[in-house]
Amino acid sequence: MQGTPIDTATRHLAETSRWKPLECAFWLVAFGAIWLLPSHHLILNEIIITALFAMSLDLILGYAGIASLGHAAFFGFGAYFAGIFAILVIGDPLTGLVLAMLASGALGFITSFLVLRGVDLARLMVTLGVALVLGEIANKMTWLTGGADGLQGVMMGPVLGLFEFDLYGRTAYVYSLVVTFLLFLLARRIVVSPFGLSLRTIRDNPLRARAIGIPVNRRLIAVYTLAAAYAGAAGALLAQTTQFVSLDVIALHRSADVLLMLVIGGTGYLYGGFAGAIVFKVLQDVISNWTPQYWTFWIGLILVILVLIGRERMNHQAAVLWARLRGKPEPRPRTIVGGH
Amino acid sequence: MLTILFDGIAYGMVLFVLACGLSITLGLMNFVNLAHGVFAMVGGYVTAILMNRLGVPFLLTLPFAFLVPALLGLVLERTLYQRLYTRNHLDQVLFTIGLVFMAIAAVDYVMGSQPQLIQLPTWLRGRVDVFGVQIGLYRSFIIAVCGVLVVALQLILTRTRFGSQLRAAVDDPRVARGLGINTALVFAVTFAFGSGLAGLGGALGAEILGLDPTFPLKFLIYFMIVVTVGGTSSLTGPFFASLLLGIADVAGKYYVPSLGAFVIYTVMIVVLVFRPQGLFVKAR
Repeated sequence: MQGTPIDTATRHLAETSRWKPLECAFWLVAFGAIWLLPSHHLILNEIIITALFAMSLDLILGYAGIASLGHAAFFGFGAYFAGIFAILVIGDPLTGLVLAMLASGALGFITSFLVLRGVDLARLMVTLGVALVLGEIANKMTWLTGGADGLQGVMMGPVLGLFEFDLYGRTAYVYSLVVTFLLFLLARRIVVSPFGLSLRTIRDNPLRARAIGIPVNRRLIAVYTLAAAYAGAAGALLAQTTQFVSLDVIALHRSADVLLMLVIGGTGYLYGGFAGAIVFKVLQDVISNWTPQYWTFWIGLILVILVLIGRERMNHQAAVLWARLRGKPEPRPRTIVGGH
Repeated sequence: MLTILFDGIAYGMVLFVLACGLSITLGLMNFVNLAHGVFAMVGGYVTAILMNRLGVPFLLTLPFAFLVPALLGLVLERTLYQRLYTRNHLDQVLFTIGLVFMAIAAVDYVMGSQPQLIQLPTWLRGRVDVFGVQIGLYRSFIIAVCGVLVVALQLILTRTRFGSQLRAAVDDPRVARGLGINTALVFAVTFAFGSGLAGLGGALGAEILGLDPTFPLKFLIYFMIVVTVGGTSSLTGPFFASLLLGIADVAGKYYVPSLGAFVIYTVMIVVLVFRPQGLFVKAR
């Protein structure tokens, strides 16, 4: 079937946006876990929230090439916003979630101007600085956030006025999963849209992107805002389902952890965050059972080894292996994501 | 008032000695080494162990606080770091964060998580009254030592053959290699020297900054502020940035404790946004 280049391109794009069997299987398993793994709902809830958080980082790192060392700023902001909103205004989860997303998005919109000024290293430092400033604010505004003691007394109403949060985390997991799924559908739609494609162009070659008429800065601001809203949603879910917020949500190690998850899972295909979150949480569980105090050592070691082996090369090898299994031609190595 | 200024200067001097190694690797070699604080921590622990377990006098421990991290830096540079010089910054960040995590857990495992105390010799303790200003003896000692170091560093970088080799290797590694400069060796020595200085800073500053396994993370942001605010093209920039940071931090903690570290973080962001190349660098 031969056609004009435009036909070929359209066909190729349609193919990449089509649902693959593996994707369907993943979500079937995730929803199936509601009935199949009733005793693990608490950890599953944690995993799915972390995965949503990692996916939000993937939106800016994997698709737009903005590396962030302070993505927990938005996660923490969403968490505090949802928690405080529930205490001061109303305990309805959905209202809190939507407002927390809007608020985090607004924060992302404002800070995006700071982030886009610099390049590379300055960007890393600005994102880190923003997270540190917010962390410091949360720490000092004890009257509002509870400071180092954490935000206590968050009482959540039932979801949709029907489903009460229970002790075993069943409602929590279903709630987080459905929200994550809906947000994922939206993100998946966005990344295959012309907007998403233009982001990838910017990531791979900002100069050329500008030359062919893509408004680089406006696109980056838009995606940064979107990612901030997503991270805020993840934070809000955590605050609502655990009914507690501590300074931990905004700490540096949370930004580093989410970066690590994304690196484990691979960037630029949305599922990296999910895969990374699952691997990370299971590893954390196993290692901290084995050596509770020193598990960061092993996380550090994994990071070091990952970088030394080369994450691009590893992802590429996985892709080659996958293509061979499916009997398809080998994919070309992708250009390096992030930095420069 | 003047006492605060004096303490601030001493604090800033320590920060400079801690961070100048980073300003060299980051500014000259373009390598993001978030694990810089690890070397400082090693230096501090060397001093603590030698003094508290073996009874070595404080002054005698300082050379070891320099040598051990320098050696460690040399080994790590040769085995691991040099593979990452050409990689992008994200990889370097991930790698060095991994090292920080490992170092924190390892030190916690070996030494325990409690803060280490360093018993200063009697002639460095106490304060004297000079023209009505209270001056801590140890602070004066630090200012003297660090002052000498600053001058020596500046001279090495600008006046010696090694200094010019280093600058040449940084400006254009290919041409420098072509001229017969062993760039790998120059980088390795520089890296080791920077790590050693950090160790020395860690040992000197242990009494002021405190020393426990979370040291590399706690002060990482201070190092980065010094380097980003000071710019990385010379040593004078980071030097003034450290002094500024030291004075601002001490004064801020004294006058407006409720604001905490808020002020310096905000200053860092503002500087990064408006002067990404640093406060003391002429815009290019």
